[in-house]
Amino acid sequence: MSSYRIQGATGEWEVVIGLEVHAQITTQAKLFSGSATAFGAEPNTQVSLVDAAMPGMLPVPNRECIRQAVRTGMAIDAQINKWSRFDRKNYFYADLPQGYQISQLYHPLVGEGQIEIVLDEKNPEAGTKVIGIERIHVEQDAGKLMHDQHPTMSYVDLNRSGVALMEIVSRPDMRSPAEAGAYLTKLRQILRYVGSCDGNMDQGSMRADVNVSVRRPGEEFGTRTETKNVNSVRFVMAAIEHEASRQVDVLEAGGKIVQETRLFDPGTGTTRSMRSKEDAHDYRYFPDPDLLPLELSDAFLEECRASLPELPDAKRARYTETLGLSAYNAAVLTADVDTAAWFETLITASAAKQGKDEAAVAKQAANWLTSELFGALNKLGKGLEDSPVSPEAAAELLSLVGDGTISGSIAKQVLEKMLETGDGAAAIVEREGLKQTTDTGAIEAAVDAVLAANADKVEQYRGGKEALFGFFVGQTMKAMAGKGNPQLVNQVLKAKLG
Amino acid sequence: MRNHRFELMTDLTELGVAALRDGVAGGAFTATEVAQAFNAAVEAAQGALNAFIVTTPDAALAAAAKVDAMRAAGQPLGKMAGVPIGMKDLFATKGVQTTAASKILEGFVPPYESTVSQKLWDAGAGMLGKLNLDQFAMGSSNETSGFGKVISPWRKGDDTTPLAPGGSSGGSSAAVAARIAPAATGTDTGGSIRQPAAFTGISGIKPTYGRCSRWGVVAFASSLDQAGPMARDVRDCAIMLEAMAGFDPKDSTSLDLPVPAWEAGLNADLRGKKVGIPREYRVDGLDADVAKSWDDGIAWLKDAGAEIVDISLPHTKYALPTYYIIAPAEASSNLARYDGVRYGLRDLPEGANLQEMYAATRAAGFGDEVKRRILIGTYVLSAGFYDAYYTQAQKVRALISQDFMKAFETVDVILTPTAPSAAFPLGQKSTDPVEMYLNDVFSVPASLAGLPAMSVPAGLSRDGLPLGLHVIGRPLDEQGVLNASLALEQRAQFSAKPGKWW
Amino acid sequence: MSVNTADVAKIASLARIKVSEAQLEAMVPELNGILAWVEQLGEVDVTGVTPMTAVIPNTLRLRDDVVNADPLTGGDIRDAVLANAPVAEHGFFGVPKVIE
Ligand SMILES: [Mg+2]
Ligand SMILES: [Zn+2]
Repeated sequence: MSSYRIQGATGEWEVVIGLEVHAQITTQAKLFSGSATAFGAEPNTQVSLVDAAMPGMLPVPNRECIRQAVRTGMAIDAQINKWSRFDRKNYFYADLPQGYQISQLYHPLVGEGQIEIVLDEKNPEAGTKVIGIERIHVEQDAGKLMHDQHPTMSYVDLNRSGVALMEIVSRPDMRSPAEAGAYLTKLRQILRYVGSCDGNMDQGSMRADVNVSVRRPGEEFGTRTETKNVNSVRFVMAAIEHEASRQVDVLEAGGKIVQETRLFDPGTGTTRSMRSKEDAHDYRYFPDPDLLPLELSDAFLEECRASLPELPDAKRARYTETLGLSAYNAAVLTADVDTAAWFETLITASAAKQGKDEAAVAKQAANWLTSELFGALNKLGKGLEDSPVSPEAAAELLSLVGDGTISGSIAKQVLEKMLETGDGAAAIVEREGLKQTTDTGAIEAAVDAVLAANADKVEQYRGGKEALFGFFVGQTMKAMAGKGNPQLVNQVLKAKLG
Repeated sequence: MRNHRFELMTDLTELGVAALRDGVAGGAFTATEVAQAFNAAVEAAQGALNAFIVTTPDAALAAAAKVDAMRAAGQPLGKMAGVPIGMKDLFATKGVQTTAASKILEGFVPPYESTVSQKLWDAGAGMLGKLNLDQFAMGSSNETSGFGKVISPWRKGDDTTPLAPGGSSGGSSAAVAARIAPAATGTDTGGSIRQPAAFTGISGIKPTYGRCSRWGVVAFASSLDQAGPMARDVRDCAIMLEAMAGFDPKDSTSLDLPVPAWEAGLNADLRGKKVGIPREYRVDGLDADVAKSWDDGIAWLKDAGAEIVDISLPHTKYALPTYYIIAPAEASSNLARYDGVRYGLRDLPEGANLQEMYAATRAAGFGDEVKRRILIGTYVLSAGFYDAYYTQAQKVRALISQDFMKAFETVDVILTPTAPSAAFPLGQKSTDPVEMYLNDVFSVPASLAGLPAMSVPAGLSRDGLPLGLHVIGRPLDEQGVLNASLALEQRAQFSAKPGKWW
Repeated sequence: MSVNTADVAKIASLARIKVSEAQLEAMVPELNGILAWVEQLGEVDVTGVTPMTAVIPNTLRLRDDVVNADPLTGGDIRDAVLANAPVAEHGFFGVPKVIE
């Protein structure tokens, strides 16, 4: 990811990117009312009188929303403001029943923080970059408009109205679509670790407003546009690419960039101006008089901090340093909190089964998980979360390999059977007679047969073509249906070939 | 026997909250008889006074029947058992149209009950109807209602010129003064309980901000709105406030405190108490009748044993302009929800888009004063003006509050007139908004500071119209306010009532 | 500061209140009267004064994360929510078609 430049007709341009990410806070109930937040409910069923802004309704904040936003702030080393306030952002729209959004402008809950991104996962030399976070504030989500259900009307569903969001505002520190992608991926990873947002971008749990401007390298910031509600990492990168080159085109044609709100069209990969929001930029923010200042106690903050899990960077470091995993495996296994949890359950169970400590079984487990299980699940079109093989069942399989009951290649067959039938590894090995043979007589007989059948190759081997050794091993294993103990096969072959 | 009943029912409307409650509890008459008497009085006055937007005689009878049944069964009765009241039409009432006196809410039937009204029903009160008010509680004369103005039952002698009942709780004040309701709910944002009480010769208390839940009360200015009782005397107010007040987890600004036994705590002996007289309230050109009644009040409190102390509230003159920035700012936002989408009026001109529908609906539904305040509020919050107006106003508001806190280091309560004049003829002040706003000059400062404050009748002006005295207390010291008000009430011996001309 | 017809038109548009030319003309002096009067606040020295936040000293209470704990502030009441709507169809509120 060397410096990303757009080659215009008149020279190079640099792109400047800042992201405002709206992340739905994982809670049962809404930010200011007791209605539910679950995805996919029938229209207007998760709407209280408060969410519908009936006359005289009042907001009472949900503690869990505040707690999760504070924990998120702590996870990005941000300043937590013990005194914050809710403000009203006033504008008229059919998805906004109150005529204002309760948000935080003047005194947000979370102040300055930061996130470190890895510039190129495949190239450790490329290093890391720190992206500044300006603030995280807590606010209400709006409802939803459906435009295609009726010829002359839009339909309003307020189920999302009042759901708690964190708005995570980055500094304009990103300089390429890839950096923005890496930032968003890392942010999502952290949120999922903390448990403050499920990160389901396809369900709208995480959306990014993408602020893009271009400039000549090193010059002042240009005028930016804001592309609203982009809902995948890929789309964010595409929106930046399109928007940056559009701006370059405008500027090179002698035009000016208009500061405006734009919409990304995933179908065409382009952005377009959003007319409906045009005259709404005087939001008349003022402190919500229905809500008092939010003051957090030390005990509350301590609980937030104490309940933070091991975060991705720390976990990744531990996997390489303490568990001895490769950098690649550590990255893959920590990429998602659920994968890491699966892996950790696996090594705990493996260590127990094999009577070793976790570090002693971690490497075997990591290799098996990243190559064998991921590969097998991939073929089935499944993810780890719906794997038919549990970490405990996997630990049983690994212990059979570990104690020499089966070989690695037999383990592949056993895994396939486990995925098919849901049966345990030991039962399958027993039933199918897959136990590795250590009977020297049987191995010697198999070797003799192989050598006899390949007399020409034996000749060549003895003539110095030692590379043929592997061929003999393979043939012997094949003859034994994979069940020969590899060490013994090697020993016998070495002895017989002289 | 028949005759006796008839007389009894006529007499019942002369009784206040305590007398009705005690009479029902003691079996002197039934709650149903009380409800019937007031229903009849409401019916007879409605055409002349227009105090109600809708009447609910059946609701009053149903509540009464329940109380009578409870009494017959020997069950304990609530604080307001058997007392039918008027409910200001700012309180949402389940199944009964709630409009805030605005056409924009005409036909709106809430599927919910406000916390305060629910508490009153739980205490055994019944509802006579929804009382008229200034639209969205914005006004001091009841002329801004979308459902016709309320006419005060008071007249200047034989002069039939219709007078203002005060506002915004003008339906409430008119109904209580006309003896068509023994008590009514009011709400007070800048004086809307106290000024109409003063204009009509009744009592009304605005408690400390946060005592009464705002849940289910149509919002005007959230940081100022407080509900309170309006009734014939101090005791009745104390009883009713006990029934209305109390912590509500649904209102973030509700005070999580027990409700004191205010009625039991009533005590007019003011020995050892200090009463502050703020010199800044003695404004130039203060109406002579008002000045005299203030002096009377000072003498009465002295007579009750209090020490009178001259105090200064230096930022008093800035209270009204402060209020007229903060209240419209909050209102402009609070009233944004009236947009024709989920309830109330929708005006959709041919071919109009969503934003045009909003503008047409709000133009058709809101009255002129509401529009004026929304525009002022929108302006003072808009980009470039926010700090100069709104932030400055909140700073001055802090200074006004500090003035009071400083005064309360020396005094227990503060005595002022309630309003700068007696009731004025309807229409007299409706041409100049600022002149109308000046009506609240004495009531607004306590509102800005969230303090408990009460108006009690003090006497009559030269024209024979009621004047009120105003007692302001420390935060949470409703008892102190009620007690000083009781001392005034006992000495004022106010017994005048409007002639029944309707 | 005073406002002219264009200012009032802009404010009215921000507040989504349709006003006729004649109403605009009438509103300008009215609003200017009010603004001139409130502007006396400018003369108050507020150096070092913190704007008021809570009228009565009180801090924000937080509620537990429980769905429908109080039916008055919970969901699953679609009929009640839609009961007063000028237009409600198929469980939705209906508004004039919006083009985004
Ligand atoms: Mg944004
Ligand atoms: Zn936002």
